[in-house]
Amino acid sequence: MELSRELFERLPSDAGAHEQISRPSLTYWQDAFRRLRKNRVAMISLIILAIITLFAIVAPMVSGYAYDTADFAASLQLPSSKHWFGTDSLGRDLWTRIWFGGRISLSIGVISALLNLIIGALYGGIAGYLGGRVDDVMMRIVEIIYTIPELLLLILLMMIMGSGLGTIILAMAVLNWVGMARLVRGQVLQLKQQEFVLAAVTLGASPIRIIIKHLLPNALGPILVSLTMTVPGAIFFEAFLSFIGLGVKAPVASWGTLASEGKDMILTFQHMLIYPAAAIAITMLAFNLFGDGLRDALDPRLRGRD
Amino acid sequence: MWRYVLKRMGYMLITLWVIVTLTFVMMHAVPGDPFTSEKMTPVVLANLKAKYGLDLPLHKQYLIYLNNLLHGDFGVSMRNQNRTVNELVVRHFPVSARLGAMALVYAVPGGIALGVLAALKRNRVPDRLAMLISVLGISVPGFVLATLLQLLFGVTWKRWFGNVLFPVAGWGELRHMILPAFCLGMGTLAGYTRMMRTSMLDVLGQDYIKTARAKGLSSSEIIWRHALRNSMLPVVTMLGTTVVFVLLGSLVVEQIFAIPGLGKYFAQSVTTNDYTLILGTTVFYAGLLIVALFLVDMAYALVDPRIRIGKGKA
Repeated sequence: MELSRELFERLPSDAGAHEQISRPSLTYWQDAFRRLRKNRVAMISLIILAIITLFAIVAPMVSGYAYDTADFAASLQLPSSKHWFGTDSLGRDLWTRIWFGGRISLSIGVISALLNLIIGALYGGIAGYLGGRVDDVMMRIVEIIYTIPELLLLILLMMIMGSGLGTIILAMAVLNWVGMARLVRGQVLQLKQQEFVLAAVTLGASPIRIIIKHLLPNALGPILVSLTMTVPGAIFFEAFLSFIGLGVKAPVASWGTLASEGKDMILTFQHMLIYPAAAIAITMLAFNLFGDGLRDALDPRLRGRD
Repeated sequence: MWRYVLKRMGYMLITLWVIVTLTFVMMHAVPGDPFTSEKMTPVVLANLKAKYGLDLPLHKQYLIYLNNLLHGDFGVSMRNQNRTVNELVVRHFPVSARLGAMALVYAVPGGIALGVLAALKRNRVPDRLAMLISVLGISVPGFVLATLLQLLFGVTWKRWFGNVLFPVAGWGELRHMILPAFCLGMGTLAGYTRMMRTSMLDVLGQDYIKTARAKGLSSSEIIWRHALRNSMLPVVTMLGTTVVFVLLGSLVVEQIFAIPGLGKYFAQSVTTNDYTLILGTTVFYAGLLIVALFLVDMAYALVDPRIRIGKGKA
């Protein structure tokens, strides 16, 4: 086939055309959020978590029963229209107790994760940014704390401070920040070589300002992902503590203590174990799946891989 | 290399010393002593305390303990009549170790295999199944799983089949170990499956895999020679934490399945304030842990030649 000149048409050249931005530019976070919204599993998990949180706040108030009022005439009932999840051996309404326990378990998870974040991020940030001898000593301390059997430290702490909600949260914060510190230190080591840090130093910013204003925000992605994994970890560990009898004290209940009570009744009244166990499992599942989605959204390199 | 090993060993000793000291101080800060709950006359109590050296000033007790420890003597348990801590450890740790080993033997290779399978059959049925198992393993607390298994095998199975396949408590034969080891390993299996899947997918996306494919290697050769080896690296680092996880988990599992392991004595020592037993078991567990972490670091350096030992951080 012959290609003649007539077949082609000359277009007027427009200098500005190829400079035109056809789509609105997205920042890193907008882009991440867009990816997160498209991830169906993560969004469903988020909705489930929202519902669980909402129920934990509202349900004990509107259930018509108090979480700690015993009613011996109605003890050990199976689920019915009056008691949706049945009652325990003291006749307390399990529906109310499970949502009340949700408050406790979720607070333990969230508060200890936050404390974790504050201590770990600052410690890791300082160690990573200053480097050298300071880093060496600080990381050696982390290593030592890391190797102390956490259960023992926790038991000793609880015996000194008395067992209770506050102690559990504090003990977990004391124990778990080392993981966060390691993560943040690794991130900071990578980031501190970059030009924006040099620019900040040149402008006379103090080290603590550089860490808080420049380095930590840039490491926010991995920190957030690790946080979504810390919360279920804390809830899980609290359940474990309840099992060995170190949980919150009666009549206050957490999912862990409820499941632990249910375990003793497993032969006769399975509902007492099934409901709290399901509450723990669903929450864990939602947190883990949401965390996965968040990681994929924040780290496009891994997109669609996991 | 050897300098690095020596340095690490020095750090390990320091770590161990810090742990001993910390435990010693915290233990004595707890109100009460091993004999608080006993009813006895002051004279008897004083004699007992003298027998175990509790009447000495605290710093003397500490120095004596350290000295004994250096000679490998963990002391005499204060609440288990005249049994030494060494004896208790030697007798009961093998039980915990066997349980833990059995859990690891099925969970680690199982998790790796499932993860690889999931990565290779990504987004197809085997992947979905592996992820389901892994997600369930991560979401269900060990004691709930253990209780449900006991119900299943102790009650339901017996009712339907009239025999006992796996006993739900006790220790001795292999079949006693099946259920506890299964519970103990489940979390590990789940963790390794996820880890291995991510890691494998990451490696399969690398350019050198494309190169290997381009030069005509068969799929199985690519997987065995290139992908698997490289994707094992992050998994090796996890081994240290896994040992801890399994030790911690065995506390619960031993209690539920009535297994005479060391975990039981550890828990008991703390509630009864049995000073020597608390210190002994802690030092023992901590020592194990430190050695495990050290070995993992060494293994990591052996597996990955890119890590230069002696320079930078381990």
